[in-house]
Amino acid sequence: MRIKLGKKVWCTAVSLLVLLAVWEAAVLIGSFPEVLFPSPISVWNAFWQLWTDGLPGSSSRVVLGVHILVSLKRFAAGYVGSVVTAVAAGLLLGWFFRVFSYINPIVQLVRPIAPVAWMPFIVLWFGIGDAPAVAIIFLAGFFPVLLSTVAAVEHMEPVYRKVARNFGLSQAQTLYKVVFPAAFPQIMNSLRLALGTAWIFLVSGEMVGAQSGLGFLIMDAKNCLRSDALLATMITIGVIGLLLDWGIRRLEKFVL
Amino acid sequence: MYIRVEDVSVNYQQGGSTFEALKNVSLSIERGEFICLLGPSGCGKSTLLNLLAGFEKPARGRVFIGERQVTAPSPKYLTIFQNYGLFPWRSVLHNVELGLEAKKMNRKERRQQALKYLDMVGLVQAKDKKPCQLSGGMQQRVAIARALAADPEILFMDEPFGALDAITRMKLQDDILRICKDEGKTIVFVTHDIEEAVFLADRIVVMEANPGSVQGIVKVEMPHERDRTSDDFIVIRDRVFAMMHLKKEKEVEYYI
Repeated sequence: MRIKLGKKVWCTAVSLLVLLAVWEAAVLIGSFPEVLFPSPISVWNAFWQLWTDGLPGSSSRVVLGVHILVSLKRFAAGYVGSVVTAVAAGLLLGWFFRVFSYINPIVQLVRPIAPVAWMPFIVLWFGIGDAPAVAIIFLAGFFPVLLSTVAAVEHMEPVYRKVARNFGLSQAQTLYKVVFPAAFPQIMNSLRLALGTAWIFLVSGEMVGAQSGLGFLIMDAKNCLRSDALLATMITIGVIGLLLDWGIRRLEKFVL
Repeated sequence: MYIRVEDVSVNYQQGGSTFEALKNVSLSIERGEFICLLGPSGCGKSTLLNLLAGFEKPARGRVFIGERQVTAPSPKYLTIFQNYGLFPWRSVLHNVELGLEAKKMNRKERRQQALKYLDMVGLVQAKDKKPCQLSGGMQQRVAIARALAADPEILFMDEPFGALDAITRMKLQDDILRICKDEGKTIVFVTHDIEEAVFLADRIVVMEANPGSVQGIVKVEMPHERDRTSDDFIVIRDRVFAMMHLKKEKEVEYYI
């Protein structure tokens, strides 16, 4: 059942307001030290400070908007690169399924390793700066998209393959005109899931060696003992993740 | 002879035991003939069709079309499937253009040709719809138009009307008969519906199961435009019933 838009806005507003109220009440009743548990107001002030002025005492004093843009750029590079290679490889491996039988054990071996575990190697191979974040996001997005593309091609309606063969479509035509569109709904679904995962790994990617970006800002706020700025950055990351998900849902609806 | 099946056998391995889908089947078909393969499920009629169409290879024996041995599917011999095999992401018109794309025909010619055959099956007004917006009967008409547009010599039809209701089925039987006589196609048509076979076929190949083999051939010597309720029709239907051992044999009560 679909919930109406008005109802959705109402539910969201209520849940956020209740969260804020409980948060503020906890701060008032508990009288914790400000640095351990900042109040909503101080987080808002910190956010405004980050937005207009940047973090005081930071090693690179740029405003929040710049950090966001830098992060989004790395994210786009890592995610788009990952998705394009994973879909292309997935289509080919799904089509030549016998080859995949040999590749699959390796994929299954590498997949459970958290992308962050690659970090030392990534830094050694690609250096610091943009590369680690891009590489981590690439790894985070690659395997889910690859595996679900292969599965989608493998489970394609057998009659499509028969029709393509019967009408004399070449291998390339079959991949492009039949296999890809047939697998597309499932691929699109995996793209959405991978978008969420990749965004989660952005922060870890930027914690090492980066001098800008949201992940860097998290580390920076920690180093400056600014828990209010830390929370403000965390919330920013959450909100952008939400917007990305909303965007790709719209895109999914538009193309399917 | 145009199509020759020479002493063909096909076996399937089923959990250790061998299942004889076809055993020592021979058959000849003339150019322009309408042949029905009729029999209960498991008699190998679909297997035989798949052999003719090149989707399967026999364990023993050979299949020839014209001078050439059949080893793979070809756009000269198109198969129409029970579940239509239309591509849901393409419009009706683009579905019909599929075979012409493989032939590298230019866009304008493709469109013309596709529209011509859509007109023949009475579906020009549905050209921009998606297959899922059409009824089963209309989808099968699209599949027939798609096959005809590619101008094959032979149409292989694998229980094409099996999923349709009785009235739609009769309409499509009329249509396929008219179109194929007009276009001069050779047709091999698999069915388990005796009336359908008697209505359509020039010759009915009656098959039996365990092992799959040809039990006999009934020549239907009636002009086309057959009347499903005429005496001739019923006589031939009875003959097929008898061959399939579906007729109760009456005790002879007296001798003259």
